[in-house]
Amino acid sequence: MSLKVLRVRELRKRYGATLAVDGISFEVNRNEIVGLLGPNGAGKTTTINMILGVLEPTSGTIQVEELDLASRRAEALARTNFAAVYAPLPGNLTVVQNLRFFGMIYGVKDLAARIEALLEQFDLLAFRNTKCGVLSSGEQTRVGLAKALLNRPALLLLDEPTASLDPAIAREIRLKIREYVEAGHTGVLWTSHNMYEVEDVCQRVLFLSHGRILLEGDPRTLPAEHGKDTLEELFITVANETPDQPERA
Amino acid sequence: MFSLRRVSAIFLRQFYLMQGSPARVLPLFAWVAIDMVTWGFITKYLNAVSRSGFNFVPSLLGAVLLWDFFTRVMQGVTMTFFEDVWSRNFLNVFATPLSISEYLSGLVLSSIATSSVGLATMLVVVTTVFGLSFFFYGLLLIPYLLVLFLFGIALGVIACGIVLRLGPASEWFIWPIPALISPFVGVFYPLSTLPGWMRALSRLLPPAYVFESMRSIVLQQSASRRDLAQGLATGAALDVVVLFLAGWFFRSIYQHALRTGLIARYSAESLS
Repeated sequence: MSLKVLRVRELRKRYGATLAVDGISFEVNRNEIVGLLGPNGAGKTTTINMILGVLEPTSGTIQVEELDLASRRAEALARTNFAAVYAPLPGNLTVVQNLRFFGMIYGVKDLAARIEALLEQFDLLAFRNTKCGVLSSGEQTRVGLAKALLNRPALLLLDEPTASLDPAIAREIRLKIREYVEAGHTGVLWTSHNMYEVEDVCQRVLFLSHGRILLEGDPRTLPAEHGKDTLEELFITVANETPDQPERA
Repeated sequence: MFSLRRVSAIFLRQFYLMQGSPARVLPLFAWVAIDMVTWGFITKYLNAVSRSGFNFVPSLLGAVLLWDFFTRVMQGVTMTFFEDVWSRNFLNVFATPLSISEYLSGLVLSSIATSSVGLATMLVVVTTVFGLSFFFYGLLLIPYLLVLFLFGIALGVIACGIVLRLGPASEWFIWPIPALISPFVGVFYPLSTLPGWMRALSRLLPPAYVFESMRSIVLQQSASRRDLAQGLATGAALDVVVLFLAGWFFRSIYQHALRTGLIARYSAESLS
């Protein structure tokens, strides 16, 4: 089993004259949570969409467990899953119906048992027959995470998974994800604007700005290495960089 | 590798949505039943006032039934697709191992189920209330339904492509499509009634061969079995071509959506 669950090489996305992602390369290891940080418009979601196969790169390669996404899409995506605040599950299906639908699409074996285990893990047993549209934000986030773990993905993409949650629920969600990663064989790429959260869960962060990776390192030591007191301060400095001055952070 | 399990997931999702949703279940049979009743009484009235002794039931009511079947097949495909549009589910669905051919197969499977309900309802109404026996058309009913079914699937897939490309608001372009086509395929009148340019277009539309064939049986015209078979074979061959073009069209739109990021940001007014 390879250590790398995700390998991105020279990934580039151009929209006309705009270069949204500018030749980035990075890797995510098994049992590792990597934070993908950057200001709005830095290219984080564009990068995630390319890894999810819903946006075609202009150039570059993406490999999930050494499977090339472009040529072995179904196999690569069967090993991937995601949760994002902007992609809630259909509100007109119940929790169990949604999980069964996506479980079948991901080809999950022994699906009924897997759904029961996830309902229990995410405290969703009471909501099993509730339509997702009437759940609270926190409950919907938990359902989204249950769906994201259905296929026991090697690569888990989490795009601001705790946005719009109160601090207590956000901490609970972080804990569950961390437990899952420590217990299994998953690598996580996590985007967030909450630097406290990033320091709490990520072993490594990538700072993205103007489509390029400007910094990479341990979120607990990176600020001091660049003369800053906190990760948030470093974030603001990097966010204010112009494309021509990437070395000044 | 093509997965039947993924195809059946699309069908199962549609079944879940139907469960306990009168707004989805009622249209499967209510409108076609109303159509059959309305046209059934119109044909009875025409039979009563016509002095020719011509029976309008198998020609008019039979034609309406077949046309409604075609529109139900098309809508069976588009309605399943619209569920993903309305629930903004494209990102969740297309960021999975599901392939386009599996997705489209799921839409077709759902359409088979929903259009079968409509067909069964219509057959019950016209047989029990208006005495239209489909033995009248003999075994030709099977190729009639098949040609119309394939054309309905093809148009449904094209319609999905249009909505994927132009955004949710463009679903209003989709509903009138059967009405736009109907004058060209001669649902109610022989193609010879049409001007030359319309007849030329009719020859490209598979349903035209069904309705011409049906009329020749009803009117007991001297068309030979060979001519009837040839006409329907042409219709079926055109269906295959249109189906191929529909698949190509949807795939092209999907590839465009992947390049531009349309799938990832598909929302209420996405037009690019």
